Amino acid sequence: MTDFDPIELKRIRWRSRRGLLELDLVLERFLANGFEQLTTAELFAYQKCLDLGDNDFLDYVNGKAEVDDPELAHIIGILRAA
Amino acid sequence: MTIPVRRFDAVIVGGGGAGLRAALQLSESGLKTAVLSKVFPTRSHTVAAQGGISASLGNVQEDRWEWHMFDTVKGSDWLGDQDAIEFMCRKAPEAVIELEHFGMPFDRLENGKIYQRPFGGHTQNEGEAPVQRACAAADRTGHAMLHTLYQRNVRANTQFFIEWMALDLIRDEDGDVVGVTALEMETGEVYNFHAKGVLFATGGAGRIYAASTNAFINTGDGLGMSVRAGIPLEDMEFWQFHPTGVAGAGVLITEGVRGEGGILLNANGERFMERYAPNLKDLAPRDFVARSMEQEVLEGRGCGPNKDHVLLKLDHLGPDIIKQRLPGIREIAIKFAGVDPIKEPIPVIPTCHYMMGGIPTNYRGEVVIPKGDNPEARVNGFYAAGECACASVHGANRLGTNSLLDLVVFGKSAGDSMVEFIKNEMPTWKPLPANAGQISLDRIARLDNQTGGEEVADVRAAMQRTVQARAAVFRNSENLALGVKEIQEVAERVKRTQIKDKSKVFNTARVEALELENLIEVAVATLISADARKESRGAHAHADFQQRDDEVWMKHTLYYGEDRRLTYKPVHTKPLSVEYIAPKVRTF
Repeated sequence: MTDFDPIELKRIRWRSRRGLLELDLVLERFLANGFEQLTTAELFAYQKCLDLGDNDFLDYVNGKAEVDDPELAHIIGILRAA
Repeated sequence: MTIPVRRFDAVIVGGGGAGLRAALQLSESGLKTAVLSKVFPTRSHTVAAQGGISASLGNVQEDRWEWHMFDTVKGSDWLGDQDAIEFMCRKAPEAVIELEHFGMPFDRLENGKIYQRPFGGHTQNEGEAPVQRACAAADRTGHAMLHTLYQRNVRANTQFFIEWMALDLIRDEDGDVVGVTALEMETGEVYNFHAKGVLFATGGAGRIYAASTNAFINTGDGLGMSVRAGIPLEDMEFWQFHPTGVAGAGVLITEGVRGEGGILLNANGERFMERYAPNLKDLAPRDFVARSMEQEVLEGRGCGPNKDHVLLKLDHLGPDIIKQRLPGIREIAIKFAGVDPIKEPIPVIPTCHYMMGGIPTNYRGEVVIPKGDNPEARVNGFYAAGECACASVHGANRLGTNSLLDLVVFGKSAGDSMVEFIKNEMPTWKPLPANAGQISLDRIARLDNQTGGEEVADVRAAMQRTVQARAAVFRNSENLALGVKEIQEVAERVKRTQIKDKSKVFNTARVEALELENLIEVAVATLISADARKESRGAHAHADFQQRDDEVWMKHTLYYGEDRRLTYKPVHTKPLSVEYIAPKVRTF
């Protein structure tokens, strides 16, 4: 784990609750398995994902849409494998 | 301990379509308005609505609001209140055009008008032919609606309290609603929101079922708060289901899979639909397939270690058809069921989608409860709209695309009623009772001090298993009676849940424990209401009472949490301006 602010980590966990069930399921699995291994850079990228609209976020995770932002491509890759 | 107080003219709980539409009405009228939401408003569950919003605009084919009204009454299996249904269907064109003017990006026809698509249950001239009545913004109608309404609210200076969870309703000694107690997740602090009017727009509670399409946030918070404050819940036995959701996940597998030749199998590998529907087999109507599936499970022919689902086989179609004609299905199966349908069948189960019941309101969005001889006395200062409310327009079953319409029509109507009430009847705030917020503090203290209790996740799973097994699509007297007993045992366990993390800041475990206290109220209400209704109507299909019984049962159920009793109130048979639509046998 990183030296990321522990309160920020808790906020991230809450913000992983979404409006779409499919995202809830993927992110729940990821939070239980994978999240704690993220580097600081990956955590910043994940935070950025959480600011996406739910439909865009899901399309990225499902591979329905290409991820243009290089900052996000790597973390979306991790989520796709989760 | 004194609880800090924030004061507003109006407080809205819930930032989805209904809450945002109501808030806009209030803010634009100049009232100081707060919206409390557990998540950022544009990530409310309204975002999941894809199908569209219905309105008899007649842009593609001739259409009339009277036809829309007939379809909605018939869809409701004559449990919907006809004044509220008329109100909604008449207002629909205006509501959609208003959204268009707000900037919502609807799909268009070449002539520039809003495009309309067909949707199940919507017809011309009382069932003569299907009609194109659904207005959509691609497959993101709910998303577009949320963004449009959120932006308008920002412009109108609505004050948002994001990542705040409302905990309890505050009623004074007259029974009037004077505010709501809420938890700021970022600090863990509890506040009283003192208001002249409070509106609940907290959405559905589909998470009471093990199989649900609802997002995790749909925990029936408004319903739980209402029950704890002595407000009854209406028609809680009516839940809409989809036959084929991925078991253990809830993600839907489209009916197109069976259309293309997919078949359902039980644990013996038998194509059981041949027994229930020798002609239509796997293509029998949605509710019939769902009940047959559940009957297989109840009779011990379910699949998997818990024998709790059946299998949807499509490998015999061959990889080409699966990939070409059923795009996305393979990915869903791999991701959420862990199986590749080219090689293996998909585990499926009837899956809860929508709650028809809720907090009793009239078409003005005012919460109404029995008082003396009046079955529908207004609760001063209390309003509800959207899925958490029961107006009742959906009655025993909802038509597709009527839910987004419900949000905007009744969100606006409730907002208007609140403006009128606050400006005409509330020159100032009624005082908060001395013990305002105490019940919330007690609930939190109980959680913090509980020892030897059970994990929230375990009790929640027990609740979901019970509701799924006893009150999903296959209902009979024996099963429902068992469910009533079992769910009350689970409710006792909810009183003793324990959390390990006692920290204050963004404590998700605490939030989930508090949410479970709301879910269980909904679950108990559902079982008790369903057990009592000895007929079949809409989504409530009772194997021992297979006919609709209008003589005895054309009435709304009201469930009171404090003593878990039921009363009933009449269905509104008098529309606002047109003739009553008399009951008929529902055939399609």
